[in-house]
Amino acid sequence: MSVGLSEAFFLVLRRELRLSFRRPDQLLQPLVFFLIVTTLFPLGLSVQLSLLRDMAPGVLWVAALLSSLLSLDSLFKSDADDGTLEQLALAGQGLNVIVIAKTLAHWLVSGAALVLVSPIVGTALAIPEAAFATMMLSLGLGTLTLSWLGAIGAGLTVGLKRGNVLLSLIVLPLAMPLLIFGAGATDRAISGTSTAGALYLLAALCVLTCTLAPFAATAALRITLE
Amino acid sequence: MWTWFYRLASPPYVYGVAAALTPWLLTTAAIAIGYGLVAGLFFAPPDYQQGDAFRIIYVHAPSAWLSLFAYTTMAVAGAIALIWRIKMGHAVAAASAPIGASFTLVALVTGSLWGRPMWGTYWAWDPRLTSELILLFLYVGVMSLRPAFEDPGRGDRAAALLAIVGVVNVPIIHYSVLWWNSLHQGATVAKLGKPSMPGSMLWPLLSMFLGFMLFYGAVLCIRLRGEVLNRERQATWVREAIKS
Repeated sequence: MSVGLSEAFFLVLRRELRLSFRRPDQLLQPLVFFLIVTTLFPLGLSVQLSLLRDMAPGVLWVAALLSSLLSLDSLFKSDADDGTLEQLALAGQGLNVIVIAKTLAHWLVSGAALVLVSPIVGTALAIPEAAFATMMLSLGLGTLTLSWLGAIGAGLTVGLKRGNVLLSLIVLPLAMPLLIFGAGATDRAISGTSTAGALYLLAALCVLTCTLAPFAATAALRITLE
Repeated sequence: MWTWFYRLASPPYVYGVAAALTPWLLTTAAIAIGYGLVAGLFFAPPDYQQGDAFRIIYVHAPSAWLSLFAYTTMAVAGAIALIWRIKMGHAVAAASAPIGASFTLVALVTGSLWGRPMWGTYWAWDPRLTSELILLFLYVGVMSLRPAFEDPGRGDRAAALLAIVGVVNVPIIHYSVLWWNSLHQGATVAKLGKPSMPGSMLWPLLSMFLGFMLFYGAVLCIRLRGEVLNRERQATWVREAIKS
């Protein structure tokens, strides 16, 4: 029985999502981490709402970066440990499709979930409701880009025993432009100026990684698997 | 026609070429840097706005240029090694990374020393400065990924891939002064048409650029020989080369 490309894609995607939802605790941990980190900042700095509003975009984005990074480690790890990844690579469907499906599933359970809870954090950080749409859009584009950058990093470090710190070291510099434009867009939305420029740049980064990163991540996996 | 290219895959040949090139590169680098330093620091007129402080450009601008050049060399060598499976490419990339990281650090430090009297601050979160800092982190990432693998071949390929991915940062740094209205001043030398600098300032600077390139080439050759010896330490030609 032969399986087509799109069928393989949806099979892997469904498998990944099912595995994630079987482990709701692991699904919730990055989200709770996101909430805790954003709570830390007002506690540590100041409860003045005006000051908080100025810092809110940066705090929100740094917390989102860290929480996505937290879940990246498990992107290929468990499948590589029990040999599933090698079987998938040998399945004759092209590792590309599998990498795309796995990364997309990772974004759906980490990035997209983060976007959904961001209004709560936004309210806590005194971001005006008018800026919520831009904030969520920029976070959505940003976390998808981040998942792709992370897939490259996770692919490079999957075979390592202590790849966790190295993964952050590799992914964070690549994600810095993302932080600049993402926080910039949210900042502009709060102050009420035009957000189009920053959002377009974020979208461009997103398109760039969606099209090129699958190849890089697949090549990275092939290096560590072979 | 392609024999010279295939020869580069042979470690003894690369070792020999690097050994032969080193003295030439070192001498020419010393001449170019010597002229650039003396003419730039003592004979060039002070800048009408910045006074004598502008003279740090003779070290700062070539280091910044070399930080990008060394990264590109590393990525291109890595790409050649990945595509044609030429192991010497990985040796070149591994030799180039610490040199490039050092140039990045020199560029950042000299820039902040200059920034203190000129901008009134050691550091500003300006696009050019930030992207140069990211470049330093990228170097650190590539340099720490390579030895993380137990199998050296795998580490080489992983580092090469990461270097290629990080190349997107190079044009961002180069054009950051154009794309964003930044605090960092715009291009003065590599500009179409007339450079915005008189000849007595420009020639020493160009000489410094040339000298730094030659110096980079010399250090690359020296480090490359070390890399090749270390990688080929089991081979018989290495034993013979060390004895002689």
